[in-house]
Amino acid sequence: MWIKQGRNLYGDDIASHEITPRDVFENRRRTLRSLGALAATGLAGASGLAHATLTSPDAKGQKLAATTNPKFVALDKPTPFKDITSYNNFYEFGTDKDDPAAHAGTLRPRPWKVSVEGAIKNPKVYDIDDILKLAPLEERVYRLRCVEGWSMVIPWIGVSLSELIKRAGPTGNAKYVQFITLADPSQMPGLSTPILEWPYSEGLRMDEAMNPLTLLTVGLYGEVLPNQNGAPVRVVVPWKYGFKSAKSLVKIRFVEKQPPTSWNLYAPSEYGFFSNVNPNVDHPRWSQATERRIGEDGFFQPKRKTLMFNGYGDQVASMYAGMDLKKNF
Amino acid sequence: MSSASQIKSARVATGPRWIVPVKIVVFVAMLFPLARLVLLGATGGLGANPIEFITRSTGLWTLVYLCITLAITPVRRLTGVTALARFRRMIGLFAFFFAVLHFTTYIWFDKWFDVAAMLKDIGKRPFITVGFAAFVLLIPLAVTSPKAMVRKLGRRWQTLHRAIYLIAALAILHFWWMKAGKHDLELPKIYGSIVIVLLGWRVIAWLKARRA
Repeated sequence: MWIKQGRNLYGDDIASHEITPRDVFENRRRTLRSLGALAATGLAGASGLAHATLTSPDAKGQKLAATTNPKFVALDKPTPFKDITSYNNFYEFGTDKDDPAAHAGTLRPRPWKVSVEGAIKNPKVYDIDDILKLAPLEERVYRLRCVEGWSMVIPWIGVSLSELIKRAGPTGNAKYVQFITLADPSQMPGLSTPILEWPYSEGLRMDEAMNPLTLLTVGLYGEVLPNQNGAPVRVVVPWKYGFKSAKSLVKIRFVEKQPPTSWNLYAPSEYGFFSNVNPNVDHPRWSQATERRIGEDGFFQPKRKTLMFNGYGDQVASMYAGMDLKKNF
Repeated sequence: MSSASQIKSARVATGPRWIVPVKIVVFVAMLFPLARLVLLGATGGLGANPIEFITRSTGLWTLVYLCITLAITPVRRLTGVTALARFRRMIGLFAFFFAVLHFTTYIWFDKWFDVAAMLKDIGKRPFITVGFAAFVLLIPLAVTSPKAMVRKLGRRWQTLHRAIYLIAALAILHFWWMKAGKHDLELPKIYGSIVIVLLGWRVIAWLKARRA
Protein backbone atom coordinates (compact mmCIF):
# COMPACT_ATOMS: atom_id res chain seq x y z
CA MET A 1 0.00 0.00 0.00
CA TRP A 2 1.34 3.35 -1.04
CA ILE A 3 0.13 5.28 1.93
CA LYS A 4 1.53 2.93 4.51
CA GLN A 5 4.86 2.85 2.76
CA GLY A 6 4.83 6.57 2.57
CA ARG A 7 4.25 6.95 6.23
CA ASN A 8 7.22 4.76 7.03
CA LEU A 9 9.36 6.65 4.57
CA TYR A 10 8.64 10.00 6.08
CA GLY A 11 9.55 8.82 9.56
CA ASP A 12 9.75 11.33 12.33
CA ASP A 13 9.18 14.29 10.09
CA ILE A 14 5.66 13.06 9.66
CA ALA A 15 3.83 16.20 10.66
CA SER A 16 5.27 18.01 7.67
CA HIS A 17 4.50 15.72 4.84
CA GLU A 18 1.29 13.95 5.28
CA ILE A 19 -0.66 17.05 5.82
CA THR A 20 -3.36 17.71 3.42
CA PRO A 21 -5.35 20.79 4.29
CA ARG A 22 -3.72 23.77 5.89
CA ASP A 23 -6.00 23.64 8.89
CA VAL A 24 -5.07 20.05 9.56
CA PHE A 25 -1.42 20.99 9.39
CA GLU A 26 -1.84 23.97 11.62
CA ASN A 27 -4.17 22.18 13.99
CA ARG A 28 -1.66 19.44 14.39
CA ARG A 29 1.06 21.96 15.01
CA ARG A 30 -1.13 23.54 17.65
CA THR A 31 -1.80 20.15 19.21
CA LEU A 32 1.85 19.24 19.19
CA ARG A 33 2.76 22.50 20.77
CA SER A 34 0.20 22.11 23.50
CA LEU A 35 1.21 18.58 24.24
CA GLY A 36 4.82 19.46 24.69
CA ALA A 37 7.80 18.07 22.91
CA LEU A 38 8.08 14.71 24.67
CA ALA A 39 4.47 13.69 24.33
CA ALA A 40 4.37 15.07 20.81
CA THR A 41 7.00 12.74 19.41
CA GLY A 42 4.93 9.80 20.56
CA LEU A 43 1.64 11.12 19.26
CA ALA A 44 2.68 12.54 15.92
CA GLY A 45 1.76 9.40 14.03
CA ALA A 46 -1.60 9.12 15.72
CA SER A 47 -2.56 12.71 15.02
CA GLY A 48 -1.51 12.14 11.43
CA LEU A 49 -4.31 9.61 11.12
CA ALA A 50 -6.85 12.03 12.43
CA HIS A 51 -7.13 14.03 9.18
CA ALA A 52 -10.80 13.76 8.59
CA THR A 53 -11.90 14.68 12.05
CA LEU A 54 -10.09 17.99 12.19
CA THR A 55 -11.63 21.06 10.70
CA SER A 56 -10.53 24.64 10.99
CA PRO A 57 -12.99 27.36 11.93
CA ASP A 58 -10.87 30.08 10.33
CA ALA A 59 -10.33 28.63 6.86
CA LYS A 60 -10.52 31.38 4.28
CA GLY A 61 -10.31 29.59 0.98
CA GLN A 62 -12.79 27.13 -0.38
CA LYS A 63 -11.81 23.55 0.45
CA LEU A 64 -10.58 21.28 -2.28
CA ALA A 65 -10.51 17.54 -1.74
CA ALA A 66 -7.45 15.77 -3.05
CA THR A 67 -5.58 12.56 -2.47
CA THR A 68 -1.90 12.76 -1.64
CA ASN A 69 0.19 11.22 -4.37
CA PRO A 70 3.11 9.84 -2.36
CA LYS A 71 5.26 9.54 -5.48
CA PHE A 72 5.40 13.32 -5.58
CA VAL A 73 5.89 14.34 -1.98
CA ALA A 74 9.11 16.18 -1.21
CA LEU A 75 10.60 15.25 2.13
CA ASP A 76 11.26 18.87 2.97
CA LYS A 77 9.26 20.72 5.56
CA PRO A 78 6.40 22.64 3.91
CA THR A 79 6.62 26.41 3.98
CA PRO A 80 3.96 28.06 6.17
CA PHE A 81 0.77 29.04 4.33
CA LYS A 82 1.26 32.64 5.42
CA ASP A 83 4.65 32.89 3.68
CA ILE A 84 3.43 31.13 0.53
CA THR A 85 0.58 33.60 0.25
CA SER A 86 2.34 36.81 1.27
CA TYR A 87 5.67 36.61 -0.56
CA ASN A 88 4.93 36.38 -4.26
CA ASN A 89 6.14 37.47 -7.64
CA PHE A 90 3.08 38.23 -9.75
CA TYR A 91 3.87 41.44 -11.60
CA GLU A 92 0.34 41.88 -12.89
CA PHE A 93 -0.36 43.03 -9.33
CA GLY A 94 2.87 44.97 -8.71
CA THR A 95 6.57 44.24 -8.50
CA ASP A 96 7.04 44.11 -4.72
CA LYS A 97 6.73 40.78 -2.99
CA ASP A 98 3.79 41.95 -0.89
CA ASP A 99 1.93 43.56 -3.82
CA PRO A 100 0.13 40.41 -5.02
CA ALA A 101 -1.29 39.66 -1.57
CA ALA A 102 -2.33 43.31 -1.24
CA HIS A 103 -3.78 43.84 -4.72
CA ALA A 104 -4.91 40.49 -6.12
CA GLY A 105 -8.32 40.88 -4.49
CA THR A 106 -9.54 42.41 -7.73
CA LEU A 107 -8.92 39.20 -9.67
CA ARG A 108 -12.14 37.32 -10.41
CA PRO A 109 -11.28 33.61 -10.55
CA ARG A 110 -14.90 32.58 -11.22
CA PRO A 111 -16.28 32.22 -13.82
CA TRP A 112 -13.09 31.35 -15.70
CA LYS A 113 -12.38 29.85 -19.07
CA VAL A 114 -9.21 28.41 -20.51
CA SER A 115 -8.87 28.10 -24.26
CA VAL A 116 -6.89 25.03 -25.31
CA GLU A 117 -5.94 25.54 -28.94
CA GLY A 118 -3.36 25.22 -31.69
CA ALA A 119 -1.91 22.07 -33.20
CA ILE A 120 -4.39 19.69 -31.58
CA LYS A 121 -7.24 17.50 -32.69
CA ASN A 122 -9.69 18.66 -30.02
CA PRO A 123 -9.51 22.38 -29.44
CA LYS A 124 -11.84 23.38 -26.63
CA VAL A 125 -12.62 26.20 -24.27
CA TYR A 126 -12.58 24.61 -20.85
CA ASP A 127 -14.56 25.97 -17.98
CA ILE A 128 -12.62 25.95 -14.70
CA ASP A 129 -15.10 23.34 -13.44
CA ASP A 130 -14.19 21.07 -16.38
CA ILE A 131 -10.55 21.37 -15.39
CA LEU A 132 -11.34 20.40 -11.81
CA LYS A 133 -12.94 17.23 -13.18
CA LEU A 134 -10.23 16.26 -15.70
CA ALA A 135 -8.87 13.60 -13.37
CA PRO A 136 -8.87 12.90 -9.65
CA LEU A 137 -7.15 15.80 -7.92
CA GLU A 138 -3.82 14.98 -6.35
CA GLU A 139 -1.88 16.69 -3.62
CA ARG A 140 1.83 16.93 -4.32
CA VAL A 141 4.46 18.59 -2.19
CA TYR A 142 6.97 20.28 -4.49
CA ARG A 143 10.02 22.39 -3.89
CA LEU A 144 9.79 25.75 -5.63
CA ARG A 145 13.06 27.52 -6.44
CA CYS A 146 12.80 31.15 -7.47
CA VAL A 147 15.42 32.49 -9.88
CA GLU A 148 16.06 35.19 -7.27
CA GLY A 149 17.69 32.71 -4.89
CA TRP A 150 14.95 31.74 -2.46
CA SER A 151 12.82 28.65 -2.22
CA MET A 152 9.67 27.25 -0.68
CA VAL A 153 8.03 23.86 -0.26
CA ILE A 154 4.40 23.91 -1.32
CA PRO A 155 1.63 21.32 -1.05
CA TRP A 156 -0.06 21.93 -4.41
CA ILE A 157 -3.29 20.38 -5.66
CA GLY A 158 -3.76 19.54 -9.30
CA VAL A 159 -3.47 16.97 -12.03
CA SER A 160 -0.64 16.13 -14.37
CA LEU A 161 -0.77 18.48 -17.32
CA SER A 162 -0.47 15.37 -19.48
CA GLU A 163 -4.11 14.57 -18.62
CA LEU A 164 -5.18 17.70 -20.45
CA ILE A 165 -2.70 17.17 -23.28
CA LYS A 166 -3.98 13.64 -23.90
CA ARG A 167 -7.51 14.98 -24.25
CA ALA A 168 -6.34 17.76 -26.55
CA GLY A 169 -4.71 15.24 -28.89
CA PRO A 170 -1.63 17.06 -30.15
CA THR A 171 -0.84 16.69 -33.85
CA GLY A 172 2.64 16.05 -35.23
CA ASN A 173 3.16 19.81 -35.42
CA ALA A 174 2.80 20.30 -31.69
CA LYS A 175 6.42 20.68 -30.55
CA TYR A 176 5.91 23.19 -27.75
CA VAL A 177 3.19 24.25 -25.34
CA GLN A 178 2.64 27.93 -24.64
CA PHE A 179 0.93 29.19 -21.49
CA ILE A 180 -0.75 32.57 -21.50
CA THR A 181 -1.81 34.45 -18.40
CA LEU A 182 -4.81 36.73 -18.15
CA ALA A 183 -4.03 40.37 -18.96
CA ASP A 184 -7.05 42.38 -17.90
CA PRO A 185 -6.22 45.87 -16.61
CA SER A 186 -9.55 46.05 -14.78
CA GLN A 187 -8.54 43.07 -12.64
CA MET A 188 -4.77 43.54 -12.62
CA PRO A 189 -3.56 46.98 -11.53
CA GLY A 190 0.08 46.15 -12.25
CA LEU A 191 -0.58 46.05 -15.99
CA SER A 192 -0.61 49.85 -16.07
CA THR A 193 3.17 49.82 -15.58
CA PRO A 194 4.93 48.58 -18.69
CA ILE A 195 7.39 46.13 -17.23
CA LEU A 196 7.07 42.84 -19.06
CA GLU A 197 5.50 41.89 -22.37
CA TRP A 198 1.90 41.26 -21.43
CA PRO A 199 0.03 38.98 -21.53
CA TYR A 200 2.59 36.95 -19.62
CA SER A 201 3.75 34.09 -21.77
CA GLU A 202 5.67 30.99 -20.85
CA GLY A 203 6.42 27.75 -22.61
CA LEU A 204 7.65 24.20 -22.38
CA ARG A 205 8.96 21.70 -24.85
CA MET A 206 6.39 18.97 -25.51
CA ASP A 207 8.30 16.32 -23.54
CA GLU A 208 8.62 18.71 -20.60
CA ALA A 209 4.92 19.44 -20.70
CA MET A 210 4.15 15.70 -20.79
CA ASN A 211 6.49 14.90 -17.89
CA PRO A 212 4.36 13.56 -15.03
CA LEU A 213 5.88 16.16 -12.69
CA THR A 214 4.37 19.05 -14.65
CA LEU A 215 1.27 19.91 -12.67
CA LEU A 216 -1.83 21.71 -13.85
CA THR A 217 -2.51 23.31 -10.50
CA VAL A 218 -5.77 24.46 -8.95
CA GLY A 219 -5.05 24.59 -5.24
CA LEU A 220 -2.60 24.63 -2.37
CA TYR A 221 -2.78 23.57 1.25
CA GLY A 222 -6.14 21.91 0.70
CA GLU A 223 -7.81 25.02 -0.70
CA VAL A 224 -8.46 26.54 -4.08
CA LEU A 225 -5.53 28.66 -5.25
CA PRO A 226 -5.42 32.05 -3.55
CA ASN A 227 -5.53 34.83 -6.13
CA GLN A 228 -1.93 35.89 -5.47
CA ASN A 229 -0.74 32.36 -6.20
CA GLY A 230 -2.28 32.27 -9.67
CA ALA A 231 -5.97 31.53 -9.24
CA PRO A 232 -7.85 29.70 -10.53
CA VAL A 233 -5.47 27.58 -12.57
CA ARG A 234 -1.74 27.66 -13.20
CA VAL A 235 1.03 25.36 -14.17
CA VAL A 236 3.79 24.23 -11.78
CA VAL A 237 7.08 22.99 -13.19
CA PRO A 238 9.15 22.18 -10.11
CA TRP A 239 12.54 21.55 -11.74
CA LYS A 240 12.59 24.99 -13.37
CA TYR A 241 12.85 28.44 -11.85
CA GLY A 242 9.51 29.68 -10.59
CA PHE A 243 8.83 32.16 -13.37
CA LYS A 244 8.39 29.26 -15.80
CA SER A 245 5.26 28.26 -13.86
CA ALA A 246 2.75 30.67 -15.37
CA LYS A 247 -0.25 31.73 -13.30
CA SER A 248 -3.94 32.50 -13.91
CA LEU A 249 -3.96 30.78 -17.32
CA VAL A 250 -6.45 31.76 -20.00
CA LYS A 251 -4.80 30.04 -22.95
CA ILE A 252 -2.81 26.88 -23.52
CA ARG A 253 -1.50 26.74 -27.08
CA PHE A 254 0.20 23.92 -28.91
CA VAL A 255 2.72 25.30 -31.36
CA GLU A 256 5.47 24.17 -33.68
CA LYS A 257 8.11 26.80 -32.87
CA GLN A 258 9.55 27.69 -29.50
CA PRO A 259 7.11 30.30 -28.17
CA PRO A 260 8.25 33.75 -27.05
CA THR A 261 8.38 33.99 -23.27
CA SER A 262 8.01 37.19 -21.27
CA TRP A 263 11.18 37.10 -19.17
CA ASN A 264 13.28 35.89 -22.06
CA LEU A 265 12.03 38.80 -24.16
CA TYR A 266 12.83 41.16 -21.33
CA ALA A 267 16.40 39.98 -20.72
CA PRO A 268 17.53 37.21 -23.10
CA SER A 269 20.96 36.99 -21.48
CA GLU A 270 19.50 36.50 -18.01
CA TYR A 271 16.46 34.28 -18.50
CA GLY A 272 16.73 31.43 -20.96
CA PHE A 273 13.86 29.44 -22.43
CA PHE A 274 14.78 26.33 -20.44
CA SER A 275 15.62 27.96 -17.10
CA ASN A 276 16.16 24.63 -15.41
CA VAL A 277 17.29 25.02 -11.81
CA ASN A 278 21.06 24.64 -12.09
CA PRO A 279 23.53 25.52 -9.31
CA ASN A 280 26.38 25.47 -11.82
CA VAL A 281 25.02 28.15 -14.12
CA ASP A 282 24.91 31.52 -12.40
CA HIS A 283 22.53 34.28 -13.19
CA PRO A 284 24.64 37.12 -14.63
CA ARG A 285 23.97 39.18 -11.52
CA TRP A 286 24.06 36.60 -8.76
CA SER A 287 25.08 33.06 -7.92
CA GLN A 288 22.58 30.22 -8.22
CA ALA A 289 24.67 27.84 -6.10
CA THR A 290 22.70 28.42 -2.91
CA GLU A 291 19.22 29.39 -1.83
CA ARG A 292 17.38 30.54 1.25
CA ARG A 293 14.38 28.47 2.28
CA ILE A 294 11.62 30.91 3.19
CA GLY A 295 10.18 30.50 6.66
CA GLU A 296 12.76 27.94 7.64
CA ASP A 297 16.37 29.06 7.20
CA GLY A 298 17.19 31.48 10.00
CA PHE A 299 19.77 34.21 10.21
CA PHE A 300 22.41 32.15 11.86
CA GLN A 301 22.95 29.46 9.34
CA PRO A 302 24.40 29.51 5.85
CA LYS A 303 22.11 29.31 2.84
CA ARG A 304 21.40 25.78 1.63
CA LYS A 305 22.93 24.34 -1.52
CA THR A 306 20.71 24.43 -4.59
CA LEU A 307 20.18 21.01 -6.14
CA MET A 308 20.54 20.26 -9.84
CA PHE A 309 17.07 20.32 -11.42
CA ASN A 310 15.88 21.39 -7.96
CA GLY A 311 16.39 17.79 -6.83
CA TYR A 312 14.19 16.32 -9.58
CA GLY A 313 17.04 14.96 -11.67
CA ASP A 314 15.80 11.37 -11.49
CA GLN A 315 12.56 12.36 -13.17
CA VAL A 316 13.81 14.93 -15.66
CA ALA A 317 17.55 14.71 -16.38
CA SER A 318 17.05 12.21 -19.23
CA MET A 319 15.10 14.84 -21.18
CA TYR A 320 18.27 16.91 -21.44
CA ALA A 321 20.76 14.14 -22.15
CA GLY A 322 23.55 15.41 -24.39
CA MET A 323 22.39 19.01 -24.15
CA ASP A 324 24.82 21.74 -23.15
CA LEU A 325 22.95 23.16 -20.17
CA LYS A 326 25.29 26.14 -19.94
CA LYS A 327 24.39 27.16 -23.46
CA ASN A 328 20.74 26.18 -23.11
CA PHE A 329 20.26 27.88 -19.76
CA MET B 1 35.37 79.73 35.96
CA SER B 2 36.15 76.05 36.16
CA SER B 3 37.96 74.48 33.27
CA ALA B 4 34.92 72.31 32.48
CA SER B 5 32.63 75.29 32.01
CA GLN B 6 35.34 77.05 30.03
CA ILE B 7 35.39 74.17 27.59
CA LYS B 8 31.63 74.19 27.47
CA SER B 9 31.40 77.88 26.77
CA ALA B 10 34.11 77.59 24.15
CA ARG B 11 32.11 74.88 22.42
CA VAL B 12 28.91 76.87 22.54
CA ALA B 13 30.79 79.86 21.21
CA THR B 14 31.47 78.05 17.92
CA GLY B 15 27.80 78.07 16.94
CA PRO B 16 24.28 78.95 17.94
CA ARG B 17 22.94 77.59 21.20
CA TRP B 18 20.41 75.33 19.52
CA ILE B 19 23.06 73.22 17.85
CA VAL B 20 23.69 70.75 20.66
CA PRO B 21 20.06 69.89 21.43
CA VAL B 22 19.21 69.70 17.73
CA LYS B 23 22.22 67.48 17.16
CA ILE B 24 20.96 65.12 19.83
CA VAL B 25 17.50 65.06 18.26
CA VAL B 26 18.96 64.41 14.80
CA PHE B 27 21.23 61.70 16.18
CA VAL B 28 18.33 59.88 17.80
CA ALA B 29 16.12 60.36 14.74
CA MET B 30 18.78 58.89 12.47
CA LEU B 31 18.86 55.76 14.59
CA PHE B 32 15.18 55.24 13.81
CA PRO B 33 15.71 52.94 10.78
CA LEU B 34 17.84 50.64 12.91
CA ALA B 35 15.40 50.73 15.83
CA ARG B 36 12.61 49.90 13.38
CA LEU B 37 14.47 46.85 12.09
CA VAL B 38 15.16 45.64 15.62
CA LEU B 39 11.53 46.17 16.61
CA LEU B 40 10.17 44.46 13.49
CA GLY B 41 12.65 41.64 13.95
CA ALA B 42 11.55 41.11 17.55
CA THR B 43 7.88 41.03 16.58
CA GLY B 44 8.23 38.87 13.47
CA GLY B 45 7.41 41.82 11.25
CA LEU B 46 10.23 41.45 8.73
CA GLY B 47 8.11 39.34 6.38
CA ALA B 48 8.81 36.02 4.73
CA ASN B 49 12.38 36.91 3.82
CA PRO B 50 13.81 38.92 6.74
CA ILE B 51 17.35 38.99 5.39
CA GLU B 52 16.23 40.49 2.11
CA PHE B 53 14.19 43.04 4.07
CA ILE B 54 17.20 44.05 6.16
CA THR B 55 19.54 44.17 3.17
CA ARG B 56 17.21 46.43 1.25
CA SER B 57 16.31 48.62 4.18
CA THR B 58 19.92 49.27 5.24
CA GLY B 59 20.91 49.88 1.61
CA LEU B 60 18.15 52.38 1.04
CA TRP B 61 18.88 54.26 4.27
CA THR B 62 22.56 54.45 3.34
CA LEU B 63 21.46 56.18 0.16
CA VAL B 64 19.08 58.51 2.01
CA TYR B 65 21.83 59.57 4.41
CA LEU B 66 24.30 60.02 1.56
CA CYS B 67 21.80 62.33 -0.14
CA ILE B 68 21.23 64.32 3.06
CA THR B 69 25.00 64.65 3.52
CA LEU B 70 25.33 65.92 -0.03
CA ALA B 71 22.42 68.32 0.47
CA ILE B 72 24.01 70.10 3.43
CA THR B 73 26.27 72.40 1.42
CA PRO B 74 23.71 73.48 -1.21
CA VAL B 75 21.02 74.05 1.42
CA ARG B 76 23.46 75.94 3.61
CA ARG B 77 24.44 78.21 0.74
CA LEU B 78 20.87 78.74 -0.44
CA THR B 79 19.44 79.45 3.01
CA GLY B 80 22.43 81.08 4.62
CA VAL B 81 22.09 78.84 7.69
CA THR B 82 25.81 78.27 8.13
CA ALA B 83 25.31 76.13 11.25
CA LEU B 84 24.08 73.32 8.99
CA ALA B 85 27.71 72.53 8.24
CA ARG B 86 28.01 71.34 11.83
CA PHE B 87 25.71 68.40 11.04
CA ARG B 88 27.51 67.16 7.99
CA ARG B 89 30.07 64.92 9.67
CA MET B 90 27.47 63.24 11.86
CA ILE B 91 25.10 62.53 8.98
CA GLY B 92 27.96 61.36 6.79
CA LEU B 93 29.03 58.96 9.53
CA PHE B 94 25.46 57.67 9.74
CA ALA B 95 25.62 56.95 6.01
CA PHE B 96 28.80 54.99 6.68
CA PHE B 97 27.20 53.20 9.64
CA PHE B 98 24.27 52.02 7.52
CA ALA B 99 26.66 51.04 4.73
CA VAL B 100 28.48 48.88 7.29
CA LEU B 101 25.17 47.28 8.32
CA HIS B 102 24.29 46.75 4.65
CA PHE B 103 27.66 45.19 3.86
CA THR B 104 27.59 43.08 7.04
CA THR B 105 24.18 41.68 6.10
CA TYR B 106 25.61 40.70 2.74
CA ILE B 107 28.86 39.14 3.92
CA TRP B 108 27.35 37.48 6.98
CA PHE B 109 23.81 36.40 6.22
CA ASP B 110 24.06 36.14 2.47
CA LYS B 111 27.62 34.90 1.96
CA TRP B 112 28.14 33.39 5.39
CA PHE B 113 31.66 34.86 5.56
CA ASP B 114 32.63 32.93 2.46
CA VAL B 115 35.27 35.40 1.33
CA ALA B 116 36.06 33.39 -1.80
CA ALA B 117 32.41 33.51 -2.86
CA MET B 118 32.31 37.22 -2.05
CA LEU B 119 35.40 37.97 -4.14
CA LYS B 120 33.93 35.97 -6.99
CA ASP B 121 30.75 38.02 -6.70
CA ILE B 122 32.69 41.27 -6.69
CA GLY B 123 34.73 40.27 -9.72
CA LYS B 124 31.86 38.86 -11.73
CA ARG B 125 28.86 40.98 -11.00
CA PRO B 126 29.05 44.68 -11.86
CA PHE B 127 26.20 45.48 -9.49
CA ILE B 128 28.15 44.01 -6.58
CA THR B 129 31.42 45.49 -7.87
CA VAL B 130 30.18 49.07 -7.81
CA GLY B 131 28.45 48.62 -4.45
CA PHE B 132 31.60 47.21 -2.94
CA ALA B 133 33.71 49.98 -4.48
CA ALA B 134 31.42 52.60 -2.97
CA PHE B 135 31.71 50.93 0.42
CA VAL B 136 35.51 50.70 0.28
CA LEU B 137 35.74 54.36 -0.74
CA LEU B 138 33.64 55.35 2.24
CA ILE B 139 36.14 53.85 4.68
CA PRO B 140 38.91 56.49 4.32
CA LEU B 141 36.30 59.22 4.56
CA ALA B 142 34.98 57.80 7.82
CA VAL B 143 38.52 57.33 9.15
CA THR B 144 39.48 60.93 8.37
CA SER B 145 36.30 62.44 9.76
CA PRO B 146 37.58 63.50 13.25
CA LYS B 147 38.51 67.16 13.59
CA ALA B 148 42.12 66.23 14.33
CA MET B 149 42.34 64.48 10.97
CA VAL B 150 40.78 67.45 9.21
CA ARG B 151 43.44 69.69 10.70
CA LYS B 152 46.22 67.24 10.00
CA LEU B 153 45.29 66.75 6.35
CA GLY B 154 44.61 70.39 5.62
CA ARG B 155 43.80 70.97 1.96
CA ARG B 156 44.19 67.30 1.14
CA TRP B 157 41.22 66.57 3.41
CA GLN B 158 38.87 68.39 1.08
CA THR B 159 40.32 66.70 -1.98
CA LEU B 160 39.92 63.32 -0.35
CA HIS B 161 36.37 63.98 0.75
CA ARG B 162 35.35 64.91 -2.77
CA ALA B 163 35.27 61.13 -3.22
CA ILE B 164 31.75 61.39 -1.81
CA TYR B 165 30.59 62.52 -5.29
CA LEU B 166 31.93 59.35 -6.83
CA ILE B 167 30.52 57.28 -3.98
CA ALA B 168 27.05 58.72 -4.51
CA ALA B 169 27.24 57.98 -8.23
CA LEU B 170 28.39 54.41 -7.57
CA ALA B 171 25.63 53.93 -5.00
CA ILE B 172 23.00 55.00 -7.53
CA LEU B 173 24.49 52.68 -10.15
CA HIS B 174 24.47 49.83 -7.63
CA PHE B 175 20.80 50.47 -6.84
CA TRP B 176 19.92 50.93 -10.49
CA TRP B 177 21.53 47.69 -11.64
CA MET B 178 19.98 45.80 -8.73
CA LYS B 179 16.52 46.96 -9.71
CA ALA B 180 17.10 46.81 -13.47
CA GLY B 181 16.59 43.06 -13.52
CA LYS B 182 12.95 43.65 -12.71
CA HIS B 183 12.61 46.77 -14.79
CA ASP B 184 11.51 48.35 -11.57
CA LEU B 185 13.36 51.64 -11.81
CA GLU B 186 11.01 54.02 -10.08
CA LEU B 187 13.04 54.39 -6.89
CA PRO B 188 16.47 54.40 -8.58
CA LYS B 189 15.17 57.16 -10.85
CA ILE B 190 14.01 59.25 -7.89
CA TYR B 191 17.30 58.88 -6.02
CA GLY B 192 19.28 59.26 -9.24
CA SER B 193 17.53 62.57 -9.89
CA ILE B 194 18.23 63.78 -6.36
CA VAL B 195 21.93 62.97 -6.72
CA ILE B 196 22.04 64.61 -10.17
CA VAL B 197 20.49 67.79 -8.75
CA LEU B 198 22.89 67.80 -5.78
CA LEU B 199 25.96 67.25 -7.93
CA GLY B 200 24.65 69.49 -10.72
CA TRP B 201 24.27 72.35 -8.26
CA ARG B 202 27.97 71.99 -7.42
CA VAL B 203 28.98 72.03 -11.08
CA ILE B 204 26.95 75.18 -11.66
CA ALA B 205 28.33 76.82 -8.51
CA TRP B 206 31.84 75.96 -9.62
CA LEU B 207 31.28 77.35 -13.13
CA LYS B 208 29.85 80.58 -11.69
CA ALA B 209 32.79 80.94 -9.30
CA ARG B 210 35.22 80.47 -12.17
CA ARG B 211 33.54 83.13 -14.27
CA ALA B 212 33.47 85.60 -11.42
